[in-house]
Amino acid sequence: MVLKVLSGNYAQSYAALLARVQVISAYPITPQTSIVEKLAEFVATGELRAQFVEVESEHSALQVCISAAALGARTYTATSSQGLLLMHELVHWASGMRTPVVMGVVNRAVGPPWNIGADHTDSMSQRDTGWIQFYVESNQEVLDTVLEAFRLAEHPEVRLPAMVCEDAFYLSHTVEPVDVPDAATVDSFLPPRERHAVLVPGQAARLGSFTGPDHYVDFRREAADAMARVPKVFEEVEAEYERIFGRSHGGALPSYRTDGADAILVTMGTMTTTARSVVDELRAEGQKVGLAKLRLFRPFPEDAVRRLAASADRIGVADRAYTFGRMGPAATEVSAALYTAPRHPAVTSFLTGIGGRDVTPHEVRHLFETLLSSEEPKTHWLDLEEEGVKADG
Amino acid sequence: MAKLTIPSQELMYAGHSACPGCGPALSMRLLLKGLGPRTIVSVPACCWTVVDTPYPTTALKVGFLDNPIEATGASLSGLRAAADALGMKDVNIVGFAGDGGTVDIGLQALSGMLERRTNAIYVMYDNEAYMNTGIQRSGATPWGAWTTTTPVSGGHHGKPEPKKDIMAIVLAHHPVYAATINPSFPEDFVRKVERARDLVGPRFFHALTPCPPGWKFDSAQTIALGRLATDTGLFPLYEVVDGQLHITRKTGELKPVAEYLAAQSRFRHLTPADIEQIQGQVRADWQRLLQREREDLSRPH
Repeated sequence: MVLKVLSGNYAQSYAALLARVQVISAYPITPQTSIVEKLAEFVATGELRAQFVEVESEHSALQVCISAAALGARTYTATSSQGLLLMHELVHWASGMRTPVVMGVVNRAVGPPWNIGADHTDSMSQRDTGWIQFYVESNQEVLDTVLEAFRLAEHPEVRLPAMVCEDAFYLSHTVEPVDVPDAATVDSFLPPRERHAVLVPGQAARLGSFTGPDHYVDFRREAADAMARVPKVFEEVEAEYERIFGRSHGGALPSYRTDGADAILVTMGTMTTTARSVVDELRAEGQKVGLAKLRLFRPFPEDAVRRLAASADRIGVADRAYTFGRMGPAATEVSAALYTAPRHPAVTSFLTGIGGRDVTPHEVRHLFETLLSSEEPKTHWLDLEEEGVKADG
Repeated sequence: MAKLTIPSQELMYAGHSACPGCGPALSMRLLLKGLGPRTIVSVPACCWTVVDTPYPTTALKVGFLDNPIEATGASLSGLRAAADALGMKDVNIVGFAGDGGTVDIGLQALSGMLERRTNAIYVMYDNEAYMNTGIQRSGATPWGAWTTTTPVSGGHHGKPEPKKDIMAIVLAHHPVYAATINPSFPEDFVRKVERARDLVGPRFFHALTPCPPGWKFDSAQTIALGRLATDTGLFPLYEVVDGQLHITRKTGELKPVAEYLAAQSRFRHLTPADIEQIQGQVRADWQRLLQREREDLSRPH
């Protein structure tokens, strides 16, 4: 292993390099661009033997990956925000075709108004497309999760595409030391893709096809069943990753100091690191608080979320995303999962860090205080100028 | 007796679900005869999505990949990239897309595929409207034609705009090969496909494919109508190899376009003045084509 100082974006590029991807296709968009610039460099220098297809849109980028995967290639693309939204039809298509495309998503705000800051609304709007979705908090986790994503996506019991989502700038353009495993070790974890359900020149077969209501539901159910197998397969994949590389990121819903907690905050992505230090401070002050990170968002780790209700009476969910006319998207999921839990903690939805707002220790402390106060659970939009709730207030 | 030049091998089953007299069905059959079995066809939403028959059957003896309507060009780039990455040799990567999926919604992906020099063959089968959805006008619908969205009533007189010139658009990208083909001339059709098959780089075909229900003519007349399209000069047959244009069918005097128009009810509302206007346009276009051919021949290359 080599310790390299890498941005989150370069961690994506190195992971794709180590995965020996065969076809890469992408279109430039801030803040994703340095991922594919680095990959283009790897291909140009011969370090990576892959076809790099430069396209005229994100829509075509994903189609290139789907068609290449249909012929059996291991494929990778990356995008952000508007680019992901332009892909939307093909995001569905990739999972319907059961092509194990892996995509790096640098989570960025959706316009208008234009904003390039971190915000999960882009990938949250793709949550019902049949992709596995990871949200990560460090550059090391970016690299490790991309490698795990390939293994998971191509697993014979899964065969679904996967997104590895990282926060714009907090990860994409911030450098950290990253342990980069050597190629031979990665090869032992991630062998070449098996040729299964792919087109073969000279053989009659149709991938895609069309059906009436009779077979259509069978196809959808098969994909749903594959998605339902992901948590178990992911556990195995992560255990093997840990065995080989000596590192784990805690599964689908890593928790922190939740034992005996009265209140638990559920976070995603980079705000988790900040929140962990605040939990330590509050615990030191005698407050019984804990933290859980939604690392895997699709499929949703429903059982793990229910276990959070063992002691906690209050659960807050911090979404770096919004929906209109409803609480935050992760809060909605957490509430639904808790409905069938033996205990029913009150769920409070916090919409925070929207459009790249910093989520500071001060703000996280404010979230816990709100959670612990006697206020009725509701949806809180934070950081609003007129309310005077400032990130650094 | 003249030697038959069309391969006898059939790579399309008879049990497809096209309408009787379907030009696109005949074109697929001829295309695959020219290409041979080591072919992967990428097909967007179009008549052929349905003609190939529903899951779990297929009407082709080659690989068939479905792609969304606007993405055929990109699909070809992906297939070729994978074939190269996986070391697959001698495989024809072919798109087979309708006119709407090419000149309208698929134009961007087609342009991208041509610009990045994807080594693939793109075939646009042109039935001059969105036929699979029920005869709505496309950018390839000719001036004056009736469609369900260019009705003939209340002062409306069919499509008010002329047909988009896809060959000019494609040629502006300088493909290694581009040609017009017409299943009513199968020898010319297959010869061009075989020629394109053996070239490397982006290649494009514009196939005129009569549609009996959409054009409103007797399905027994598909071949005759297709021949009229070319022999009136409305759909001349030519190929452009490395920028050199060569007309592959010349019959001396062009037949009057009125013969072609009168055979289809989609044009039956046209007045003698309308027909004269179309005739004038066709004559001018034909002269321009002859002129281009002369210039290309006289240019050193």
